[in-house]
Amino acid sequence: MVASFRKARKGGLSVTFGVAELRVLQRVFGEMLELLGPADEGGEDDPLAAAVGIGTATTAPEDPALARLFPDGYTDDAEASSDFRRYTEPGLRAQKREALETALGTLEEPGQRVTLTAEQGQAWLRALNDSRLVLGERLGVSEDWDELVESMAEDDPRLPMFWVYDRLTFLEESLVQALW
Amino acid sequence: MSVAPMETEETGTEGLVVPDKPWVTIVWNDPVNLMSYVAFVFQKHFGYSKEKSAKLMLDVHEKGKAVVSNGTREEMERDVEAMHGYGLWATMQHDE
Repeated sequence: MVASFRKARKGGLSVTFGVAELRVLQRVFGEMLELLGPADEGGEDDPLAAAVGIGTATTAPEDPALARLFPDGYTDDAEASSDFRRYTEPGLRAQKREALETALGTLEEPGQRVTLTAEQGQAWLRALNDSRLVLGERLGVSEDWDELVESMAEDDPRLPMFWVYDRLTFLEESLVQALW
Repeated sequence: MSVAPMETEETGTEGLVVPDKPWVTIVWNDPVNLMSYVAFVFQKHFGYSKEKSAKLMLDVHEKGKAVVSNGTREEMERDVEAMHGYGLWATMQHDE
């Protein structure tokens, strides 16, 4: 059976994961936290700036997946984008970490129902979406990715990752519908 | 809640400068974000109706981008930051 989110009482949500899905979610969210790095990264050489959430990074991350999570803020103004990044990236990084940690913290044993408040549901939404953005970047996902998957050989090494991407997509879609 | 340094930095000019609205926030199409999710974000963050949110989402999907809000530079920085928080690919620029 494939898990999906459902509306529960008082604006909350519920979902029950099987053992395979649970392991995948723990692994993906854990790897996302590793990718994002420590919450205070970038501000160490200026504790005051770090305390008020001003970072030191002025250009987009080299890793394309991280660059997708923290894109430039201005369409065609590199200097303004640098300033924007210094002021926003540390806060966004912390927000993304918090969403992943919240989602991880709500997981139960396989087969046990997970109940979420609406607020926890929002954290799950961000965690799932950010994970898909990173996986999508790693897999080179395009608009017609399902056609690509269908054309792959059964032993294509990319297939397991696409399976994960597909599961996360299905979960997120069910979560959007349940939150709406 | 996270600290928003841009807001505190700008409060010094409040009331002195008449805000004009020459800035826009643009959301760009990407192959990962779900159509339902993008419309949900527009509704939730901007408070747009379901119809307007769906229309903007379709514009992003079909035309490659859409202007989703306009306002002062500070307002657009807050919108772009919020869009990045949701994982949408957004940038801001002077209205043309």
